[in-house]
Amino acid sequence: MQAPKSNFKIVISLFVQAVFKFQQKHYNHRHMDHIVIIGNGIAGVTAARHIRKNSDKKITIVSAENKYFFSRTALMYVYMGHLTFKHTQPYEDWFWKKNNIELKEGLVTAINTSDKTLQFTDNTFLNYDKLIIATGSKPHKFGWPGQDLKGVMGLYHKQDLEQLEKYAPNNKVCKRAVIVGGGLIGIELAEMLRSRNIPVTFLVREQSFWNGVLPAQESEMINKHILEHQIDLRLGVNLKEIKSDKNGQVSSIIIAETGEEIHCTIVGLTAGVSPNIDFIKASPIETGRGVKVNRFLETNIEDVYAIGDCAEQHEAIGQRRNIEAVWYTGRMMGETLAQTICDNKTEYKPGHWFNSAKFLDIEYQTYGWVFSERNKLENEAHFQWKHPKEAKCITISYDKDTHLFLGINTFGIRMRHDFFDKWLSQKKSIQFILEHLAGANFDPEFYKLHEAAIVAKFNTELNTNISLRKKSWTRIFSK
Amino acid sequence: MKAIKNIGLILCFIGFAIFTGSIFTGTNKVSQETFNTWAKQKVKSAFFIEKAQKEIVDIELSAFELSHRITEIAKASNTYHKSQEKIAWNKIIPLKWNKTSKDFIYPLARASATGWPQQNEGLFFWITFGLAILGGTIAFATDYKLLGKAGIKNNGIFQHSATNRGFLGIFAFLYFVGFYVVLYFFPNYLINPITAVNPLSKSLGGNESSQWFLYGFMYCAVMSVFAIRMFIKYRHNNYQILRTAVVLFFQIAFAFIIPEILVAFNKPWFDFKNAFPLNYTFFFDWNIDNLLASGNMGIFMLVWGILLTLVIVPVMVYFYGKRWYCSWVCGCGGLAETLGDPYRQLSSKSLLSWKVERWLIHGVLGFAIFMTAITLYTYFAEIESWRKIAFGVSAYDIQSSYGFLIGSIFSGVIGTGFYPILGNRVWCRFGCPLAAYMGLVQRFKSRFRITTNGGQCISCGNCSTYCEQGIDVRAYAQKGENIVRSSCVGCGICAAVCPRGVLKLENGPEQGRINPTEILLGNDVDLMQYVNRK
Repeated sequence: MQAPKSNFKIVISLFVQAVFKFQQKHYNHRHMDHIVIIGNGIAGVTAARHIRKNSDKKITIVSAENKYFFSRTALMYVYMGHLTFKHTQPYEDWFWKKNNIELKEGLVTAINTSDKTLQFTDNTFLNYDKLIIATGSKPHKFGWPGQDLKGVMGLYHKQDLEQLEKYAPNNKVCKRAVIVGGGLIGIELAEMLRSRNIPVTFLVREQSFWNGVLPAQESEMINKHILEHQIDLRLGVNLKEIKSDKNGQVSSIIIAETGEEIHCTIVGLTAGVSPNIDFIKASPIETGRGVKVNRFLETNIEDVYAIGDCAEQHEAIGQRRNIEAVWYTGRMMGETLAQTICDNKTEYKPGHWFNSAKFLDIEYQTYGWVFSERNKLENEAHFQWKHPKEAKCITISYDKDTHLFLGINTFGIRMRHDFFDKWLSQKKSIQFILEHLAGANFDPEFYKLHEAAIVAKFNTELNTNISLRKKSWTRIFSK
Repeated sequence: MKAIKNIGLILCFIGFAIFTGSIFTGTNKVSQETFNTWAKQKVKSAFFIEKAQKEIVDIELSAFELSHRITEIAKASNTYHKSQEKIAWNKIIPLKWNKTSKDFIYPLARASATGWPQQNEGLFFWITFGLAILGGTIAFATDYKLLGKAGIKNNGIFQHSATNRGFLGIFAFLYFVGFYVVLYFFPNYLINPITAVNPLSKSLGGNESSQWFLYGFMYCAVMSVFAIRMFIKYRHNNYQILRTAVVLFFQIAFAFIIPEILVAFNKPWFDFKNAFPLNYTFFFDWNIDNLLASGNMGIFMLVWGILLTLVIVPVMVYFYGKRWYCSWVCGCGGLAETLGDPYRQLSSKSLLSWKVERWLIHGVLGFAIFMTAITLYTYFAEIESWRKIAFGVSAYDIQSSYGFLIGSIFSGVIGTGFYPILGNRVWCRFGCPLAAYMGLVQRFKSRFRITTNGGQCISCGNCSTYCEQGIDVRAYAQKGENIVRSSCVGCGICAAVCPRGVLKLENGPEQGRINPTEILLGNDVDLMQYVNRK
C-alpha cells in the first residue's frame, strides 16, 4: 500500500511547485526591468534586439522620426528610385510585436533622472528603469545667413527626404541645387539629384575632395569622377550667405571667396553632423558635444546609457575620434551595451577600424588606419597603386621602420574584412600582406584581378622580391 | 541619342503591332484535299464530315469563323450521336476549351491558311519579327551612351510604371498572359505568326513550322535582344556578362538549333540540357518508346537523360551550387534573366511568401515524382496508360493534369505571364521541381554560398530588393552570416548592387559555410565566450 501514498505526495509537491512558479512569474513580471531606448536608429535597435535575445526584459523604443526602424543609409536610394521606403525597413512590421518590443511614437522633451521618467511634447510621461539614449545626429549648421530658409535642407532624417521630394521633385521645379560641404553625405546628395538630371553645384571647402581623410591620389581620382558625372565641383570655396526670394524661399547663394552669386532652388547643407542632444542639456546628464560616456557606455547618472552617434567617449579609443558618427560603431555599441544590460558587464572595444562608402560609381573600403598626407602619423609610409585607365586604386600604409602593416584603402576593388582584421591583430608586415593580397580579394568571380601588377610595382619601388601566392585549383576539393 | 532610342522603340512597336494584329485575322480556305487528310485523322463521325463538307470546304473564311464553324458542327454532331438509341462513343468529338482548339482545330487551320502572310512569308517575317528585333536592338544599344558611365544604373525603377506595377506593367502582364493562353490553348489563331517563321523552320529542320517552333524562335529572339540590354547594363561586371552569354548560347544551340537538326536527320527532337523533372515527359511511355526506337542515338539520349538527373546535376550542384543550371544553362532561367530582369525587384520578400514557396515548390516536386512513379509502374507492368488504375484515374489522367496544371498554367501562363507582377522567377521560385531537387542538394550538401564580408553591411536593402528569388539577403548580411538558401539561383545581382562590397558568390570548403554569429566582426568582445556558451 505504499504506492498511493507516494502518488499523493507527488501531486502535492507538483501543486506547490506550480503555485510557487506562478508567484515567481507574477513577481518577475511586476519587477521586470523596463528598458527604454530613445531613438530607433541602428544603435538603439541593435541594442533592443540583443537585449531581447538575452533576456525577457520589457523593452520600449521611442522615436519621433518613424514608427519602424529603417536604414538611414538607404534613404538616398528611395529618392533615386532604386528602392521604396518600405524596402529600407530591415524587419517586417510584425517583427516588433512578435519579439515583444514596444514601439512608441513621440518626441521626448525632458528626462527626469531622479524619478526616472521621460516627458513628451504632448505632456505625457513614461517611466523607465534603465534608459538608453540613442538619438543620433543632426546636420551641422555654421550660422550662415539664410540657413533656415525654405529649401535649405540636410540629408539625415526621413523628413529631409520628404523636403527634398517637395522642393526638388524634378529639374523643372528645381533649376539648380547647391550643396555645401564635401563629405560622404554631400556626394550622396549630389548623386541623388543627378539621378533626376538636376544641375548641381558642389561647394567644397578643401582644395581637394575629402582630402582631410583621403590621400591625394584617391582624393584626386574622386575629383575627376565627380566632374565626369556633370557635377559643377568648386574646390577651396566657402559659403557666405543664402539669399531668399520674397516668399522666404532660397533664390541664390553667394560664395565667400569670389562673391559669385549662384541661382538655385535648393541648398543642401552637408558639412558634417553633430549629436542630437539638445533636449538632454537641461538634465543632470553630463554632456559635451555629445552625451559623455565611459568605456561601458554609462553616463554619469546611474541606469542611463548613451550609444551611437550621440555618445561621446571621455577619452578617444586608439586613433578613433571621441564621437564616431558611423553606422558600424553605432551597431557595435548597441551589441556591447545589450550585454551590460543583460548582466554581463562588457567594455566597448571596437576592434580594428573599418569603413566603406560609395562615391558615385566607385566603391571604397578601408581596413586599419590610412591617413591623408595632412594627418599622417609620424612613422606612416604609403605604398600606392593606381590603375592606368579605370577608376581603381589602393593605398597601403605601413610603418617605415618596422614595415608593420597599418591599414589599406581600396577603391574599385573589394577586399575581405576578416582577412585584414586577422592580419592587423597578428601584426603582419606589408610584405606579408602583398604576398597574400590575391587571397584577400573579394571582387565577384571572373573579375580581372590586379594583384600581380600591384605586387610588381611594390617590388620595383622597394626593391623587394615578393611573389604573389596564387590560389591552387585543387582547392575545389578541399573539405 | 535619345532620338535614336525613340526611333528604335517605334520600330519595335510597329513590329509588335503587326504581329499582334495578325493574330485572330487569318484567312483560311480549306481545300478538299486538306479536309480529307485532316478528317481522316481526326473525325469518325459521318454526320460531322457531311455537314463540314458543306459549310467549310472551299469557302474563304476568317480563322475565327472557321474555328467557330468547326466547333458548332462538332456540337451538332455530338448532339446527333447522343440522341441515337445506341450511342457510338467513338464518334463523339471531345470538346474541352483547353484541348479542342489546339488538338482538333489547329491542324486544319494551319494547313488551310491562305492569307497575305502565307503568300509573302519572307516579307511578313521582316515586318513583324524583323522590325521588332531591329527596333529593340537599337533601343537597348543606345543605353550604352544614355546610361552614362558603367556602374549600377537602377535610377527610377520604382518610379516607372513599367517596372513598378503601374499602367505599363499591368499592360505587359495582360499581354504576356494573353500570349501564353493563345499559344498553349488556341494556336489556331496564331497561324499568321507561325507562317512568318516557316522559311526558317524549313531551312533548319525541313518541316513546316508549328506553334512550338514559333515559340522557340521568339524565345531565342527575345532572349538575344534582352541579352544586349544585360551586356550594356552590367558591362562592368564580368560575372553577369559571361553568365548571360552562356545561358543565351545554351538556349539557342541546345534548345533551338540542335533539336531541329536532329529532326532533319530523322532523330527524335531532344534538348540535351533539359533535365528531368523539369522535363516531365522524359519518362512518359511515348517518349521512352520513341527513344528506344531511334537506334543508338535514342539509347544514348535515354542514358544521358537519366545520368543528367541522377549524377551530373547533383555533382555539379555540390561543386558550384544550383546556379550552374538555373542561371547558366536553363532556358526558363535564361528568359527570366533577360526578358525578366527589369522585373526582378517585384518579387515578394515577406516571410509568408517564403512559407508559400516551400509548400508549393516541394509540392510540385512530389507531384512530379508521384506521376513519374505511376508512369513507370504502368510502363513496366505493361498496363496501357489510359486504363484506370485506382479511384477511376489512369496514368494518362495524372499525366495530362500535370501537363495542364504545371506544364502549361504554372510554368507558362503564371510563370512568365506574371513577371510584371510577381517578379521574374515566379516559376523557378514557386514551381520548378528540378529547382526544388537541386535546392535540397544546395542547402544540405554543397560548397556554394554567398559570403558576407565581415561587418560591412549597412542594411540598405538593395540586395534583398533585387533578389529575384525573394530571399531576404539583408537579413543574413546584416548579421554577418553567409547566405545558404536552397532557392538561391546564383544570379549574382545582390553582389552587384551592394554599394559596400559585402557579398560574393563563391564555392569553397563546407566547413564554415554556415556561420551563425552572435556578435559581428569589428567588435572586439571576447568571441570565444559566446562560442563556448553554446
